[in-house]
Amino acid sequence: MEDFLRFEGITKTYGSTVAVDNVSFSIQRGEIFSLLGPSGCGKTTLLRLLAGFEAPDSGRIILDGEDITDLSPNHRKVNTVFQNYALFPHMTVRENIAYGLRVAKRPRAEIHAEVDRMLSLIQMESHAQKKPSQISGGQKQRTAIARALIMRPRVLLLDEPLAALDLKLRQRMSLELSLIHDEVGITFMYVTHDQGEAMSLSDRIAVMNNGIIEQIGTPAEIYEAPKSSFVAAFIGDTNFFDGSISEVIDSEYCRISVTDLPARLLCFNDKKLNRGDLVHLSIRPEKFQISLDPPQVGPKHNVLEATVEDIIYQGDHTRYWVDIGNDWRISLTRQHTRFMLDERPIKWKDRVYISWLADDGFMLERYSEADEELLQAPPQSVGETEVEEDSELSAASEGGTQS
Amino acid sequence: MIKKSKIPGILTWLVLLFFYLPILLLVVNSFNASRTGGNWGGFTLKWYAQLFTAREIWNALINSLLVAFFATLISTLLGTTAAIALHRYKGKLQNMHYCLVYVPLVVPEILLGISLLLFFVALQVELGLPTMIMAHVTFCVSYVAMAVLARLQDFDQALLEASRDLGANTWYTTRKVLLPIIFPGIVAGGLLAFTLSIDDFVISFFVAGPGSTTLPIQIYSMIRRGSMPLINALSSILLAVTFLIILVIQWISKNQEKKEKT
Repeated sequence: MEDFLRFEGITKTYGSTVAVDNVSFSIQRGEIFSLLGPSGCGKTTLLRLLAGFEAPDSGRIILDGEDITDLSPNHRKVNTVFQNYALFPHMTVRENIAYGLRVAKRPRAEIHAEVDRMLSLIQMESHAQKKPSQISGGQKQRTAIARALIMRPRVLLLDEPLAALDLKLRQRMSLELSLIHDEVGITFMYVTHDQGEAMSLSDRIAVMNNGIIEQIGTPAEIYEAPKSSFVAAFIGDTNFFDGSISEVIDSEYCRISVTDLPARLLCFNDKKLNRGDLVHLSIRPEKFQISLDPPQVGPKHNVLEATVEDIIYQGDHTRYWVDIGNDWRISLTRQHTRFMLDERPIKWKDRVYISWLADDGFMLERYSEADEELLQAPPQSVGETEVEEDSELSAASEGGTQS
Repeated sequence: MIKKSKIPGILTWLVLLFFYLPILLLVVNSFNASRTGGNWGGFTLKWYAQLFTAREIWNALINSLLVAFFATLISTLLGTTAAIALHRYKGKLQNMHYCLVYVPLVVPEILLGISLLLFFVALQVELGLPTMIMAHVTFCVSYVAMAVLARLQDFDQALLEASRDLGANTWYTTRKVLLPIIFPGIVAGGLLAFTLSIDDFVISFFVAGPGSTTLPIQIYSMIRRGSMPLINALSSILLAVTFLIILVIQWISKNQEKKEKT
């Protein structure tokens, strides 16, 4: 299948800052494609390049077989939903939505019919005569989407469209966006720094950092098989171990000696690394099991003894912070079962066993220093509880990565 | 109950008296049959009658309105474009441009008047209404630019991008998005320019030529000739007209608000 939208070797600099560095990727027809990354990673620049508000220093943008790199924004068949909606304040909702068709000098009756169709799509019929200052954030959001969609763009660009909304509204609009996408079947390019939004909406995600794309994949691929330590830490939480490969057991497994830790950890060696190679081992919190008694596990499990440092009960799961020696803290989560209240509870300062399957660890290359800084304060997803954890998480990832 | 202090009330009345007593005296004197302001010689309308037959006053009024009209038109046009340019382009010379626009607001009027006169003389331009209009434009432009700039500070640049994004070219965007939104600023700047132009004396005095006497200059020369009662009558009429305009503007803006609410 031919690529619908293709970025070929795009570079864009502002003065001495490289915003986008020789980036190439493709988007398929009809998919929701997200550009995800921390602020300043170049995702908005890519969107502005596609919209035509900026021109690349080098590279081409090919849309449906046509080179649109040098077209001005008013001649591109793409439309944008702006971060703060950019609704025209002196026009009513109806006039805002009709704007593009008025510019195109379509017949009055046709414009009226099209606007009515859009108003019913976004369920704003009763607000058509209101000015933007008289409607709520979510309604502004829907108006901005309708104003762009009425142009029947080849690609709809969404620039952090939910950032200005409060939590509950954000979750609802996120759902509505995917409903609208199903209805109109237009390709979406979605720019966000919020991994929760990207995860729940996207068919595919491109994780960006420092002007390059670190990884492109489905939400599950990016979460379960991060290709770099940046992706592993930016998407969800993780625990990192610094170390080197001490023994290659067979074609699949190896042992890792971790700095400052006596244990040798068994790990799946999918990258076919050799003895002595420096690695980061990443293990997600939910991959651990925790128990008061020594666990009955197979040979492919790692088991460590640890001390419970902190417990946060969160309804559906509990988050534990445990010390595995030398003040090395690991964060892990445990899903609750209905028997939870019958079991002997794990308490603060208890000696516990943590275990995980060797296949659940991921070996990644070492950080650059810039990544370290970003990881000190990882952006968080939409969940309320997760937002509250922010500071603790960053504290823990600091603790987990120091050697 | 705490007893309220009487001082704020008294002060308010004193200030109001200070502001409006002279004006009140002027209006009263315009109906005074006596030539000197000191003693009341009975009620009369004869000064108003004389005023309507005084040709030179009407000529001066027409000159003033002509100058104000054209100065407002030109300075609104130039000031608005200057403000848009100052707002949109951030170049190295931006600060200097900003200063250039700002300077006429702070330079003493007499300096501006003298330098304009020297300039016109050096170029051997005949002094008259055109030079007067040019002189007024030089300082009105700054006020218009400031008023429009203030409005532009709140203008969301993304609106221009949104319009371009929806297929509009620059001209359409300017006409349908930029101008309607900054229009109140342009109107405010224009009104300011008109007011400043119509009562400017210092600069006008320097650059006025034969046959381009404006109302302020005419009033000044009438004071020197000692026709005080005529001036009183003229001033009272100007006062009435000004009040009327303000009332109309308030009535319009109140109606506008009502319309926006429904």
